[in-house]
Amino acid sequence: MSILIDKKTKIIIQGFTGKFGSFHAEEMIKYGTNIVGGVTPGKGGQTHLNLPVFNTVKEAVKNTGATASILFVPPAFAADSAMEAADGGIKTCVAITDGIPSHDMIRIKRYMRRYSKTEKMTLIGPNCAGVISPGKAMLGIMPGHIYKAGKVGIIGRSGTLGYEAAQQLKNLNIGISTSVGIGGDPINGSSFRDIIEKFEEDNETNAVLMIGEIGGPQEVAAGKFVKENMKKPVIAYIAGLTAPKGRVMGHAGAIVSAYGESAVEKVELLKQCGVKISKNPSVMGETVKSALNGKKN
Amino acid sequence: MDIHEYQAKKILSGFGIEIPRGGIAYSPENAENKAREIGGLKWVVKAQVHSGARGKAGGIIICNSALEVAQAADKLLGKKLITKQTGPQGKIVHRVYIEEATDIKKELYLGLVFDRSSECIMVVASTEGGMSVEEISKEKPESIIRSKIEVAVGMQKFQAREIAFGLGIDSKLISRTAEVIIGCYRAFSELDATMVEINPLIISKNDHILALDCKMSFDNNALFRRNQVSELRDKAQENSNEVYASDRGLNYVSLEGNIGNIINGAGLAMASMDMIKLAGGEPANFLDVGGGATPEKMVKAFKLISQDKKVKVILVNIFAGINRCDWVAEGIIQSLQKIEINMPLVIRLAGTNVEKGNKILKESKINYIEASTLEDAANKAVKALKELRKS
Repeated sequence: MSILIDKKTKIIIQGFTGKFGSFHAEEMIKYGTNIVGGVTPGKGGQTHLNLPVFNTVKEAVKNTGATASILFVPPAFAADSAMEAADGGIKTCVAITDGIPSHDMIRIKRYMRRYSKTEKMTLIGPNCAGVISPGKAMLGIMPGHIYKAGKVGIIGRSGTLGYEAAQQLKNLNIGISTSVGIGGDPINGSSFRDIIEKFEEDNETNAVLMIGEIGGPQEVAAGKFVKENMKKPVIAYIAGLTAPKGRVMGHAGAIVSAYGESAVEKVELLKQCGVKISKNPSVMGETVKSALNGKKN
Repeated sequence: MDIHEYQAKKILSGFGIEIPRGGIAYSPENAENKAREIGGLKWVVKAQVHSGARGKAGGIIICNSALEVAQAADKLLGKKLITKQTGPQGKIVHRVYIEEATDIKKELYLGLVFDRSSECIMVVASTEGGMSVEEISKEKPESIIRSKIEVAVGMQKFQAREIAFGLGIDSKLISRTAEVIIGCYRAFSELDATMVEINPLIISKNDHILALDCKMSFDNNALFRRNQVSELRDKAQENSNEVYASDRGLNYVSLEGNIGNIINGAGLAMASMDMIKLAGGEPANFLDVGGGATPEKMVKAFKLISQDKKVKVILVNIFAGINRCDWVAEGIIQSLQKIEINMPLVIRLAGTNVEKGNKILKESKINYIEASTLEDAANKAVKALKELRKS
């Protein structure tokens, strides 16, 4: 099976009946994703898009057997919903919501510490495009048709830059095992390292493309994991070469505030870890191709 | 979001941190009156701009009479203060803060930030107050004390005491110092701050612990629940194009170059800027119109970029996902009917229905240069710029 989700994964939608939730629910269903219902507090018992609506996650899990959820809840209530998912028995939760306060994100992560490793939910995002295992399931807001099924894993912060990479790979006839958007926020559910570790263990993935950007320590932490533990080739592109220090570049987390956080420094540190660097965003696909062919450059 | 020094001081004093007596002034007469009101024999007049390193830039003036205070205010008000942090364009001083001068025995540094590795709040303290934290970590790294605070339980008294002892504080002042540190922690966590910095935190000759200069920044994502904080925003301190953009839901950062760009998605925007640089050009801005690149946002984006006098060439790069290139193309055409662009325009569309989108653009009357890849788009924008220079 692919990482995080597959064709059989039962999925509920938190914030199901809203405009945004409804639109993307239909897109996911069209793609063939196994959406089994949704949660909107106060609307339990209703039917939406021919699927049952529940008041609580626990109720939804009990009635549908769902193990994954996707969250479209507005920023002010999103942290509460993510914790409800964690407590309700959801194993993978993708938070699409953009604009969750950092203090709330820290609170979610501390809350989740109460669960043992086997019981703990994997939170992806927030402020991300979600997860897709092409041909199997789409737990996100990406355009599914640009992803060709195959053996390359993608991890990235940005939505559209991830689409760009998927398109470049498709043009070279290279497919993707799973693409995971971890989001652009400073504090996020899963890091590059968390996901790269899953790809290393996944027998359907042969190589990993990491699309990072300025700000924070996560790309370099993943690089250290690659150096110490990883057998599969890892290719990376880091966006933000021209970004000035101390300015937020769109994503709340894209800000250079310490050594090792600029694009140039990250590239240098990743090279030292044996990660192959895509020199510019136009050659992400080409760089993956040459890595798959076993070439050094 | 950043706020002024005097605003940060007012907030921190609400959390039990002592500050020198002071008041804000908008005119020299105002300043003189404030000085008399505060009393004493010596005052400091401080330019209120969103920047550190004001002292070296001439933004802080020590005065020995109320008359001198008025003269200092006259000198500073309306002045463009250029510091290490403002960049060459500087920031205009619209208000000054008048404060009683304090006799300093010891200067300390105290800062609180998010630590993204441990996902805790990190307290950073040093005996080398007055220097910037970057200078301290370069020149006196051994003086730095760090303490990670677990947000679920908050800061414990022993943690604050450890920092105070680490700073070599006199034993009779330990508990007072610990109260100050805990007060800062509370302000940070209760107001959704992203940074609190007191530099210097001083011990006065009569053993008071005072915040002499301080800075606070807040999480923009949390302003919806911090009305009192969001009211402190001073748009006059921000770049006017950036204010225009943020009021219209666009993510925009003004830069120094001359190739303006309009992109959907923050990552793709940074990547496109990188390509411009690699092609030998310089981006004039970062602009993310949002993943959807709706016609409404495109109109606003074109308006914003065309207002920027630095811009000589515009590069549009849209990756259409759930939205489609044909819709995006129509949005671009509509925008150009409303906003006149008198400079070369390079457009690169990619993703869903790209052929259809390009066909619509070609058949329209708009004057543009079509590009296929990210690289092609950047090269064509730089080439257009060079041709402009030749003619």
